[in-house]
Formats: sequence, C-alpha cells, structure tokens
Amino acid sequence: MSESKRELIFSPILNRNPIALLVLGICSALAVTGQLATAFVMSVCVMAVTACSSLIISLVRKRIPSTVRIGVQIMIIATLVILIDQILKAYFFSLSKQLSIYVGLIITNCIVMGRAEGFAMSNPPLASFLDGIGNGLGYGFVLMFTAFIRELLGSGTLFGYQILPLTVNGGWYERNGLLLLPASAFFIIALLIWLLRSMYPEQQEKD
Amino acid sequence: MGHYLNIIIRAVFIENLPLSLFLGMCTFLAISKKVKTAMGLGLAVLIIMVVTVPINNLILTHLLQPGALAWAGYPKIDLTFLGLLVYIGVIAAVVQILEMVLDRFVPALYNTLGIYLPLLTVNCAILGAALFMVERHYTFLESTAYGFGAGGGFFLAVVALAGIREKLEYADPPAGLRGLGLSFIIAGLMAMAFMGLSGLEV
Repeated sequence: MSESKRELIFSPILNRNPIALLVLGICSALAVTGQLATAFVMSVCVMAVTACSSLIISLVRKRIPSTVRIGVQIMIIATLVILIDQILKAYFFSLSKQLSIYVGLIITNCIVMGRAEGFAMSNPPLASFLDGIGNGLGYGFVLMFTAFIRELLGSGTLFGYQILPLTVNGGWYERNGLLLLPASAFFIIALLIWLLRSMYPEQQEKD
Repeated sequence: MGHYLNIIIRAVFIENLPLSLFLGMCTFLAISKKVKTAMGLGLAVLIIMVVTVPINNLILTHLLQPGALAWAGYPKIDLTFLGLLVYIGVIAAVVQILEMVLDRFVPALYNTLGIYLPLLTVNCAILGAALFMVERHYTFLESTAYGFGAGGGFFLAVVALAGIREKLEYADPPAGLRGLGLSFIIAGLMAMAFMGLSGLEV
C-alpha cells in the first residue's frame, strides 16, 4: 500500500479526527456510548455507510448536476442506511431496538455527508472508499474511547462482562452514576479534544 | 387543549432535542458563537419543523402505513421500510421550497437565514423529530404541536448556549480547550441543568 493510501486511512484517526477537529457527527456519538456493544455496532454501521456512499458517489460524480447534488447524495446515503437498518432488524433485533432511531440518523450524520461533499465529489473511487473507511475509523475511535470509559466506570462492565465487582453485589467498586447519564459524554469528549489538541498544537483554535 | 400544551411543554423542556436527546449537535455547536446568528438558525429550525413534521405525518398515515393504501386498492401493502427515504426527501424539498419562497417574498428574512437553510437538510434534529413522531404514533394535530415544541426547544437551547459563549470571550481557558472543547463542557452542564426539569407534568 502506498504512502498516500495509508495516510487516507490512518490520518483521520488522530490528527484529522472528524469529531474532534471538524465537529462532524457528534449527535450519535453522545447518545450511543453508554455501552461498548452499541458503540461498536454504531461505529461499524457508520464506517460501512461512509465507505460505500463515498465509493458510489465517487463513481457517479461526473454525472451529478451540481445544482441537485445534495439531493442525489442524500438519496444514495438514505438507501444505504435503509439497507443497514433492515439487516440489523433481521439479524440483530435486540441491538437494533437499543439503537432505536440512531441508525436512521446516520443519514444526517454529517461525517457521511461531509466526506461525500468534501472528498468523494472530487476524487477517484478507490481513494474515496479508503477515505470513507478512514473517517469511519476516526469516528469509531472516539465512540469506543468514550464508551469504554462510560461503561467501565459507570457500570463496571466491558461488553456486558463484569470487570469491576460492584458493591451492590458484594464487590469493592462503587459505581459512578454520573457516567451513566448521557451528559457525561460531553465531558469525556471535551477531555479527549483537549488531549488531542495538546498532542497536535496546530489544531488549537485561535481567537 | 391541555393535551397539546403538554406535548409542547414536554418537547421544549423535558425532551429538549439538543440537550436531552443530543440531536442536531453539529449545528448546535458550530453555529452558536454569536447570539444574533444563533437566533437566525433557531428560527429556521423552528419554521422547518413546524412544516415538515405534520407533512411527514400525513404521508405516513395516508401512504406508508400497513393498509394505508387501501383507497388505491392495495390494502395489504406495507411501505414503512421506505420511511427514512421519504422523510429525508420531504425535508430536503421543504428546505429548498422555503428557501425559494423566502427569497421571492421576504428578502429580509432570507438574508438573515440564507446560509443556514441548506445546512438544515442534514440537521439530525429535524429528521429526529420526524422519527420520534413515527415512533410515538402522533396524530396530525399532535405532530403539529410536537413540531412546534421541538423547534422551540432547539431555538431556546441554541440561543442560551450562544449567550454563554459570548460571555466566555473574556475567559482564559487552556489553549487546547479553547473553542470546541469548552463548548462541549458548557453543553454538558446545560444538559445536566435541563435534567432537573424531567418529570414535569402539566
């Protein structure tokens, strides 16, 4: 794999992270991070949709009239999301119930739209596909990081398995109820942004 | 009447879209630097929600629901799986029409809202409102009330956040936290304050 392709996949994870730097796709990042399992499924879904939509849009990019391009992009993305939604409902019904409307909201996840508009419209299919995977990974990284902290400290479990024995069951760990509240995701992501921006000072915002 | 008022109050305060359900976060955080622009954005969201949620409700009850196509002679067809595609299509169309109408008849308002309108197609709060309307089986009038309340809640939240961020211009946070990081923390604190309203009933 050439240098530039590797960069397409790996640079969105830390130094060009879609959530932390570009403020894209935050809504779902906050709502589904209470448990690692839902965060994982969500990350995989978003990665699949971003990669496939970037690929398809890039394939037809020369045939899309620029006046209606947003509408065309949205329709392609919506079709892919419906596919994913139906697959989840068919094979992972309880997970799809837990994710409730957030799978549908992948359509309006600005990461998908942003990559379609910002990258796939002006780049060849293979590069767009890799760019989609990379941004999906970057999104997944923030989601898994947040969910890891929230599930471990909030309920003492990881992927539903007990890691820290809780006091209610005779163990030693007093669970931190704050981290079960959705609002805690705000604070964890803020700290993550702070960490990333301390590592990469060029990301800091000027006044 | 009280029933509809209850729906509005629930949507504004208890189930506030950005602050308790975390929808529409991208625009909520990106366009809240100044109170004036935040008001323009909030108004645009309010108008679009009041229009799109009832329209989507009509489409759901008369075209998509199982048995809804009985008037056309197809009583067994269930098109609900097409829901997402139709709702986002309606939203995109309404946004486009609203943009043209405002441009033609109310240029002053168009100039204020102009740049935010196209962005709103991809605002998850608006699609989210439509999906919640489906999930809760609202009637036409209920969904109008819900659209109004949800839009009003977004307006309130985005203006409040912009007000706080304007004041924070004078603060001196660590360099890495400036801007986005700090907005996240403020939004988190606001969300926790809004949790105090849960359980409110009219």
